[in-house]
Amino acid sequence: MIHVLSAAGGGVAFWPEAISQHAEAIDALAISFFALVMALAAPIGFALIWFAWRYRRFSEADRDQPHHGSSWMEWGWMIVPFLLTLVFFVWSGVLYRDLHRPPADAREVYGVGLQWMWKFEHPGGQREINTLTVPVGEPVRVILTSQDVIHSLYLPQLRIKQDVLPGQTTSLWFEADTPGIYDLWCAEFCGVSHSRMKGELVVLSEADYEAWLDKFDEGPALAETGARLYRDLGCSGCHGVEAAVRAPDLAQLYRRPVPLKSGETVIADERYLTDSILMPQSQIVAGYEPVMPSFEGVVDESELVALVAFIKSMASLEDMRTQEPAVDGLLDAGPPEREDDQ
Amino acid sequence: MTDIPLAPERSKNFWTAKETVKSWFLTTDHKRIAILYAATLFVFFFIGSAGAAVIRLEMITPGADVVSAEGYNRAFTLHGIIMVWFFLVPLIPTTFGNFLLPLMLGAKDLAFPRMNMASWYIFIFSGLLALTAIWLGGLETGWTFYTPFSAVYADGWVTLSIFAVFVSGFSSILSGINFIVTTHTLRAPGMTWFRMPLFVWSLYATSLVMILATPVLAITLLLIIAERAFGIGVFDPSIGGDPLLFQHLFWFYSHPAVYIMILPAFGVISELVTAGARNRIFGYKFIAFSSLAIAVLGFLVWGHHMFTSGQSMYAGIVFSFLSFLVAVPSAVKAYNWAATLYKGRITLNTPFLYAVGFVGLFVFGGLTGVILAALAVDVHVHDTYFVTAHFHYIMVGAAVTAFLGAVHFWWPKITGKLFNETLGRAAAVLLWIGFNLTFFPQFILGYLGMPRRYNAYDPEFQIWHVLSSAGTPILALGYLLPVFYLGWSWFKGRDAGPNPWRAQGLEWTTSSPPPKHNFLGPVKVTREAYDYPKQDPYKGPLPRTAAQEAEDDRREGKSAEDRR
Repeated sequence: MIHVLSAAGGGVAFWPEAISQHAEAIDALAISFFALVMALAAPIGFALIWFAWRYRRFSEADRDQPHHGSSWMEWGWMIVPFLLTLVFFVWSGVLYRDLHRPPADAREVYGVGLQWMWKFEHPGGQREINTLTVPVGEPVRVILTSQDVIHSLYLPQLRIKQDVLPGQTTSLWFEADTPGIYDLWCAEFCGVSHSRMKGELVVLSEADYEAWLDKFDEGPALAETGARLYRDLGCSGCHGVEAAVRAPDLAQLYRRPVPLKSGETVIADERYLTDSILMPQSQIVAGYEPVMPSFEGVVDESELVALVAFIKSMASLEDMRTQEPAVDGLLDAGPPEREDDQ
Repeated sequence: MTDIPLAPERSKNFWTAKETVKSWFLTTDHKRIAILYAATLFVFFFIGSAGAAVIRLEMITPGADVVSAEGYNRAFTLHGIIMVWFFLVPLIPTTFGNFLLPLMLGAKDLAFPRMNMASWYIFIFSGLLALTAIWLGGLETGWTFYTPFSAVYADGWVTLSIFAVFVSGFSSILSGINFIVTTHTLRAPGMTWFRMPLFVWSLYATSLVMILATPVLAITLLLIIAERAFGIGVFDPSIGGDPLLFQHLFWFYSHPAVYIMILPAFGVISELVTAGARNRIFGYKFIAFSSLAIAVLGFLVWGHHMFTSGQSMYAGIVFSFLSFLVAVPSAVKAYNWAATLYKGRITLNTPFLYAVGFVGLFVFGGLTGVILAALAVDVHVHDTYFVTAHFHYIMVGAAVTAFLGAVHFWWPKITGKLFNETLGRAAAVLLWIGFNLTFFPQFILGYLGMPRRYNAYDPEFQIWHVLSSAGTPILALGYLLPVFYLGWSWFKGRDAGPNPWRAQGLEWTTSSPPPKHNFLGPVKVTREAYDYPKQDPYKGPLPRTAAQEAEDDRREGKSAEDRR
């Protein structure tokens, strides 16, 4: 649903509603950038019309023209528009950086895209299909993966989207400031029912949101499901404190730096945890043997999400907040050693 | 110039030098190969347009009513694959590039005439493969073939279609090599690099991109075939691949491919603007080098297609900066074309109208491109109709308008006939109106958030979709009208003479149509390009269009008043 901006559109959808500070900033950026580029184009339009009239075939205008070119003009119309547009490069770059730096205390929701629906799971175990319920005025981070092809979670009233990749973890965050029901679409072509892979973003007031969370009592919390899987799959057999096989301790691991055998150090974010479960040979922790089997095909996406949630739950929130620099590093760019293959 | 006969002997005209079917299909004459390419592209344009017609019909209403979801997906995939690889990429280089390059350089033919013929046969073969895939039922990956959808999940004739595109690349590479070698080795005496028409510079830059980018596409497509056919894990994460790797490789070709479409269009416009304004080009060297700058920078901006893909934030920032930078040489051209009109002697004839229309569409398409290069804005409008509108302004609005301008400008040279100037101007204006009506509403749709490749949408979007669909009949008329009056002129048109536009350039010094070996005598170049005389049209040779001359002839006696 487009939320009509009645003042500008008068009943015709002309401009999408903006429900976050970021969305308003994007609108301001887009409008002022558009104004600038139109101003830069205006001399061309003006010159075409004026010259075409002034120097029409039979006009008696003076045509004495010793030079057909001018270095200062050429450099002028190369450099001045470029520098002016750079203002917008910086402005949009700063907003883009903010999109990649969620607040450390953001609420987390796990999302899985699959042909052709969206599944969301909240840390308390609440599960939704094609609906994402979030509280107003609080940062929310959605951690995403795909079960099959590439999808893209698009929230137009928030002016954000993020591609959702199979076998990898991506995330987006936002802070909605107006309660209501908004659009949630898939933006990356994903097959026959691509246009039906849509749902609703439900933004609730704080009280409504708490009531909504409490309404669920069926499922266990996500981390509890993960803890059960952790035992059932035998993870604890190696990673536990009294395990027979020596494997890295996973308590307090989340968002901590991990030294690798290769000499590099990575931050243990969701992407690292997911990769280590599915492709354990790709990043070996320094001092350990590469003996872990891959759980690719053993766990499905929602089990993976639960396992990651459990590992995260073993790191206490207080510790996380003292890890600001590490958090920044992870949220900026992901683990450094994955840079070149992305 | 005066010794050139108005209508050359039949045996000396490349159309009639030999009139057997075999002489056409085994020809090595660059002009005939250009005609063969043109006829082929004409067919592909109509097939691709059929896909577009299905899309715009379906989009009139919010529901899925004209075709099924699968039918819609197959229609836009057909439209994209045919239009990109079998129409827009070869459009200007293989037709006007082939026809004009030797004529503009004062050569008898391209450097490798038989390789030129081979490139057409490869193109035909790849085109038939693509048509076979479509005939058998098509595919629904979109023209971008994103993995793992294309490699694992998509139904239909994906492997065959990809193989067709793979083969067509060789045709591009052969043309590129031919143009570069020709430019280096076959320039007439006196034709220095900085006397070359700017169309030649743009073709040279295009050829560099063709040679350097196309192999990467070929490798990428082979990797998909390897994954689909043999299960080798390259892009599919479930067998150890990386889906983003495909996007990097694909856009490493496909972004430069946009410059393969638009660079030769820039060259055409430089020719049309100078002839229409009867003035030397403003900033010759800046325009020439800006083509090369675009060709080089065009290789460094592919990541701007991937700002939301999950690539690193720092990569996004670098690609954004480089994309702002690539706008500079494009802007240089637009400013210089406008400055070329200064102190010119301007007639609003058909080619000039197309050129002015091109500048408008290109500037708008280019500037919306810079807006898309702004990272956080792109996060909102990526994969929406905003992007669709932007690239249609460049690839269709600009490139196809330039092509039609070229058709009108060189039609008298190619066929030796004059077309109806009034209808020509009407077609140029119709095309411009129809195009803007079709694609401008898509910018609004995109900012509203309408995603691409949806066969059904929310009713609030409908008004803009209806406007967009309403533009298509006008646009179609703009395309079809020239078919009729140009076709008519072919049979009934007046003889054009060697230089109906009174234009500069070597191609205008030979007869129309040119003889088999282009020039009847030796060619020597003594002047700069676009060295238009400044004199008053009432003194000396009249800088009038041939169509106007014909008009004047018919209304003899009144002509003096008409001119005022």
